[in-house]
Amino acid sequence: MKLKPVLIAIAATLALPVFAQSTLTVVNFGGANGAAQKKAYFEPFEKAGGKVTQVEYNGEQAKIKAMVEAKNVTWDVVEVESPDVNRGCDEGLFEKMDWAKVGNKADFQKAAVHECGVGTFVWSTVMAYDGDKLKTAPTSFADFWDVKKFPGKRGMRKSARYNLEFALMADGVKSADVYKVLATKEGAERAFKKLTELKPNIQWWEAGAQPPQFLVAGDVTMSTAYNGRIDAAQREGKNLKISWTGGIYDLDYWVMPKGTPNKEAAMKFIALASSPDAQAEYARNISYGPTNNKALAKLDAKVLAMLPTSPANSKNSLQFNTGFWADQGEALEKRFTAWAAN
Amino acid sequence: MTSGTLTNPSATLAVGSLTAQLQRAERRKKMRALALTLPLLVFLMVFFLVPLGSLLIRAVENPEVADALPRTGKALADWDRKTPPPADAYAALLADFTAFKETADAGALARRLNSEVAGARSLVMGTYRALPLGENLSATEARAKLLEHDERWAELPYWQTIAKNSSRWTPDYLLASVDLKRTAEGDIVRVEPEAAAFSDILVRTFQISAIVTLAALLLGYPLAYWLATLSERKANILLILVLLPFWTSILVRIAAWIVLLQNNGLVNRFLMWVGMTDAPIPLLFNRLGVLIAMVHILLPFMILPLYSVMKSVPPNYLRAAISLGSPPLAAFFRVYLPQTYPGMAAGGLLVFITCIGYYVTPALLGGPGDQMLSYYVAQYTNVVVNWGMACALGSVLLICTLVLYTLYRKLGKAELSLG
Repeated sequence: MKLKPVLIAIAATLALPVFAQSTLTVVNFGGANGAAQKKAYFEPFEKAGGKVTQVEYNGEQAKIKAMVEAKNVTWDVVEVESPDVNRGCDEGLFEKMDWAKVGNKADFQKAAVHECGVGTFVWSTVMAYDGDKLKTAPTSFADFWDVKKFPGKRGMRKSARYNLEFALMADGVKSADVYKVLATKEGAERAFKKLTELKPNIQWWEAGAQPPQFLVAGDVTMSTAYNGRIDAAQREGKNLKISWTGGIYDLDYWVMPKGTPNKEAAMKFIALASSPDAQAEYARNISYGPTNNKALAKLDAKVLAMLPTSPANSKNSLQFNTGFWADQGEALEKRFTAWAAN
Repeated sequence: MTSGTLTNPSATLAVGSLTAQLQRAERRKKMRALALTLPLLVFLMVFFLVPLGSLLIRAVENPEVADALPRTGKALADWDRKTPPPADAYAALLADFTAFKETADAGALARRLNSEVAGARSLVMGTYRALPLGENLSATEARAKLLEHDERWAELPYWQTIAKNSSRWTPDYLLASVDLKRTAEGDIVRVEPEAAAFSDILVRTFQISAIVTLAALLLGYPLAYWLATLSERKANILLILVLLPFWTSILVRIAAWIVLLQNNGLVNRFLMWVGMTDAPIPLLFNRLGVLIAMVHILLPFMILPLYSVMKSVPPNYLRAAISLGSPPLAAFFRVYLPQTYPGMAAGGLLVFITCIGYYVTPALLGGPGDQMLSYYVAQYTNVVVNWGMACALGSVLLICTLVLYTLYRKLGKAELSLG
C-alpha cells in the first residue's frame, strides 16, 4: 500500500520526458508580460490541443547561441528584442519565418515583418513616477535629470541603449535628431557626460519587474520603465504614472531557434499569437500595442488610449533605431560597462 | 625471475620467488588503488581539466576572420597597414565573400569585426546581401565595385582589423582583460582611460577579498577560541549553530540580507529607534552591504580550520607560560597565537580564494561599482556574447588564484594542501 505512491511517482518521472517532447517551450520576459501572454496566447493554444511550458529570461542571447552551436535546442519559441532578431538572423541562430502560415504580411505593421521573426507587440521605455509621492508631475527628461526640483534616486536600465538617448534629450537634443547626434564622436561624449551628471543618483535595474517595485517601495523618485509594467502596477491599484514625452518605442519579436525539434508546433503557436483576436486580448491584459493592424479594430477607445501607439502617446516619442545599435552597440555598451564600473 | 629459478634452483628460488611475490602483491595493491581512484581521475579529467584547458584555449583562439577570409588574409600579409590596401586585397575579399556557404558565415565575421570596429556589421552584411557584384572582375574592377557599393571600404580601420585578426591566435582578449591593446601596427599600448576598466576591477576584487578575509579572521578567531575551550558537548552544539547557515542556500541568505538591510529594514529601523541616525543609512546596493553579506557567508570557512587547529593546541602551554610569570595577554600572543598560525593561514587562504571568484553576492547586493571580476565573466558570456573575452577574464582569475596558492605553499611551508 505504501509502495503505490512511490511507484506512481517513479512512473510519472519516467513518463515525463515523453510529455516534454510534445510540449512547446515558449520563452518570454516573464512578469506582467508573461501573465498577459499566458492569458492571450498559451491558454487558447492549450485549448486547441497544444501544450506550453513557459520559461523566463532577460533577453540574453548567449543561451540560444550555445543551444544552436551544441545542436541541442530546447527552446522552441523565443521573444527577443529588435536588435537581437537582426543579429541572430545574420548569424544563423534562428529558423526562417514561414509567413504563409503566419498570415497576410500586409495586415502587419511594416516593422513587424522580418525574415526570421514576427513582431508581436509594440512597447515603450518611458519615464514613470509615483503619483502619490510627487506633487508636480515631471514632463520631460530634463526634469528626470533635475535632482534639485525632484530630489531622490532615479531608476535606469543597466545598459547603454535607451539611456544614451534619454541623456541627449535631457541635454536639449530634439528627439528627431537624437540618433544623428549620437552617431558622432562628440555626440556620444556628450551623452556620457550628461549621464555622469546623474550617476550618483542612479539606481540600476535589469529586470522589467524592478522599476515598479522601486517606485512603490520609495527607493527611487522616478524611473525609466517598460510602459506595460507600469500599467500592470496601476491595475493592482498603485498610483504610478507615466510621462510619455521622450519615450522610446520598439517591437519585440517571436523567433524560433535554429534546429528546434518542434518547428511545426512552434509555427502554429506563432500564427495563433499573431492573429487579431489573440493580439487584441493581449493588449487588453497589458498595454502593449498589437502589430496586427486588424487587432486594433477590436479594441475599445479606453484600451487604445493606453497603448504606446496611440497618437497622444507617440506624439513626442522616438522609435528605437535598430540599425544604429547593430553597428554602434558593442562599442557603446563596452564603454558603458567601463563607465558604470568606475 | 624465471632465469633465476633456472640457474640456481635451491636458495635463490625461495628469495627470488619471495621478491617476485612481494612485487606482485605490491603491484596488485597499486592496481587496486588506481582502480579505486580511477573514477575520480576520469571525473576530474572530463569535468575539470578538459573544460579548463578549453577555457585557456578559447582565450587566445581567434578563428572567425581566418576561417571566413583566408584569401584576404594572404593578400594583406605584406601590407604596411598605413597606406590604402592593395587592389588585390579587394579582389580577394570579394572572392572570400562569394565563397560563403550561408548567411551565418557572414554573420560570424560581422560579429567578430564589429566587436573591434563599430560599423563593420552593416558593412559586412550589406556587402554580403548585395552579392554578386559582377563576374570575372579584375582586381581594380573589384575595388571599384566594392567602393561603389559602400565607400566605407576605403576606410583603413576596417582593413586594419581584418589584417590584425587574420591569424588563428590572438593575444588581444588577454591584453584587453588587463586594459592593454594592440595598435594597428602591432604595438602594445594602454587603452584609452574612458574604456579602461579591468585593472581597476581586478584591484577591487582583491581589495574586497582582503577585507572580507581580515574581517572573517577578526570575527572568527575569538569564536573559534571560545569553542575550543568549551567541553566537547557544548562545542558540538555551538558548531552546529556555526554550520547551520552554511547548509542554507546562498540565495536564501542573500535574500534575508536584503530584507534586513533595506531602507526600512530591521537594521535601519533599529538604528533610527536607538537614535543613532535620523534618516536610513544606505546599506544595500553599495560596498558595505556586499562586505557584510560576504563575511557572514564565508565565516564558517574561517572558523572550522581555526577550530580544528586550536583543538590540537594543548592548553598546558598557555598555563605554563602564565605560571612562569608571563602576563596573560603576552602569553596569549607569544605562546598561543603562533601555534594557531596554520589554522589562520588555512582559513585565510580558503576564504580569500573563495572570495576572488564571488559572483552572486555582489551582483545582488552591490551597485555597479562593487562588482567583482566574475560579474564581468558572466556579463561577457551571457549579455555581450563575447566568449573569447569571458575566457580571457576567467584565465586571469585562474592565474591569480594559482599564483596565490603557490605563494602560500612557498611561504607557509604548507600543512594544508589543496592539490
